[in-house]
Amino acid sequence: MNVAQQRIAAIEVAELATPRRRPPRLVALVRGAIAIAVLLAAWEYFARSGIFSRAITPPLETIFSALVAMIADGSIFKHTLATMLRVAIGLLIALAVAIPLGMLMGRHPVWERILRPPLAVLMPIPSLAWVPLVVLWFGIGNVATVLIVVYASTFSLLYNVWMGVKTVNPIWVRAAQAMNAQGSRLFRHVIWPAALPSIITGIRLAFGRAWIAVIGGELLASPQWGLGKLIFDAKEYLNADTMLAALFVIGIIGLFFERVVFQLLERATVNRWGMASGARR
Amino acid sequence: MSPQGGLLRLSGLLLGGVAFVVLALAWQGAYWANVFPPKLFPSLATVADTLVRLTANGTMLVSAGATLFRLLFGFLLAGVVGVVVGLLMGRVQGIEDALLPIVSFMYPIPGIAYAPLFVLWFGLGDAPAILLVAVATSFTVIINTWKGVKSVKPIWIRSALAMGARERSIFVKVILPGALPYVLTGLRLGLASAWRILVAVEMLMSVTRGLGWLIFGSQQFLNTDVMLATIAVIGIVGMLLERQVFLRLEQATIVRWGMMSA
Repeated sequence: MNVAQQRIAAIEVAELATPRRRPPRLVALVRGAIAIAVLLAAWEYFARSGIFSRAITPPLETIFSALVAMIADGSIFKHTLATMLRVAIGLLIALAVAIPLGMLMGRHPVWERILRPPLAVLMPIPSLAWVPLVVLWFGIGNVATVLIVVYASTFSLLYNVWMGVKTVNPIWVRAAQAMNAQGSRLFRHVIWPAALPSIITGIRLAFGRAWIAVIGGELLASPQWGLGKLIFDAKEYLNADTMLAALFVIGIIGLFFERVVFQLLERATVNRWGMASGARR
Repeated sequence: MSPQGGLLRLSGLLLGGVAFVVLALAWQGAYWANVFPPKLFPSLATVADTLVRLTANGTMLVSAGATLFRLLFGFLLAGVVGVVVGLLMGRVQGIEDALLPIVSFMYPIPGIAYAPLFVLWFGLGDAPAILLVAVATSFTVIINTWKGVKSVKPIWIRSALAMGARERSIFVKVILPGALPYVLTGLRLGLASAWRILVAVEMLMSVTRGLGWLIFGSQQFLNTDVMLATIAVIGIVGMLLERQVFLRLEQATIVRWGMMSA
């Protein structure tokens, strides 16, 4: 047996030894599609069987037409926009608070000592527990819901920025300092890129928290617009079709952010700079 | 402990208290300056009084007990379903292909968004609250368990195979312990999110008692002191759940088996 043959034989053995070979992509797609179809068919059967009233378990066609109606009159876009704006403003405020504080905590032990205890006490309190109180203080509306988003997202962001800065490899910092990098240069070229994977993880977690908080906040504080408010109002009128359509939209948006926005963000920053450990999923 | 170490500890404690003193002063400052009407913004002394009163007369204990009861059942349901589904997804390719799209779609939907729907379907009370917490939590457990099974190194399985292990003992002796760090992470994240959601669920489902309900009910009567005292209790219970329950569990399993350093 010559060298090439030996190599081929080795490859074949390796492939045989792999316990489970990945099936082609198409099979996975078909199986996924079948499962979804079965689920939808089961729902349709259940909805038409009349175990529950049609009003509270509407068939797919009714849900779909509710969605189309909301798209046609544009109301779903207003609700979505209101919700997304609250998340965006809340996250921006959280970033503005958490990034400087997290950097301070990561770089200076004194600030770490000062800020760690309140972080440990405030972080485990669910943001939605504050809603009734915040509503009493600031009334129903945008201020209350944005504040809830800020509360929900700030602490996990702060935690990740702090940890990211704290765990920057000290060799890198010392090497940069040996090359006379200080202050803003050290920060911009070493600490920031090194902490970024952790910061982006923090943003991702913060978005997840903010997303729960905004929907819950809109359900409890009922501002004028918002996807949570849409669900809450639909309950008052027993419009389960509108509620399910809103849930569908919420799912699509969540998936879009998880799969598209954050992956792009990681590709544009972490992966490109070769800080791959944070980007590996 | 050396005297120097003691001094360092003392200064650490003092520094740790700084933030609380500042926060307390800011709170009292806002109270004395009448930023909000006093009825809506009680002084810290009032909140402390209320906390002691509600603890002494048992209200807090009964409410916390009711909430923990719901948490326990919802979480147990989610844990069992989540671990089983996650293990199946990790081991059986067909199940993974079929369920992954559905799970990925459901996972980012906040559980609390289902609350009004569950009220329509199952009415008010304990059962729908427990069910909702279970549904909201199970996806976190499923995803983490599945990732855990996937993260088991093929070489461990192959060496077990080479030593003549059957499917059953591979599963019990290799896959389960190998996936356990992820499973425990999933359970811990699940418990934390169950706790967060439960408080809001109790507000929306008008259960008869519970910490979330205590806050929501007090809103009607502008009892802000009761609300703040309850929020404090919620924070303490949440912290205990996080620290005590899972740290112990991790110590007893994966740290002891050398799969994770403490």
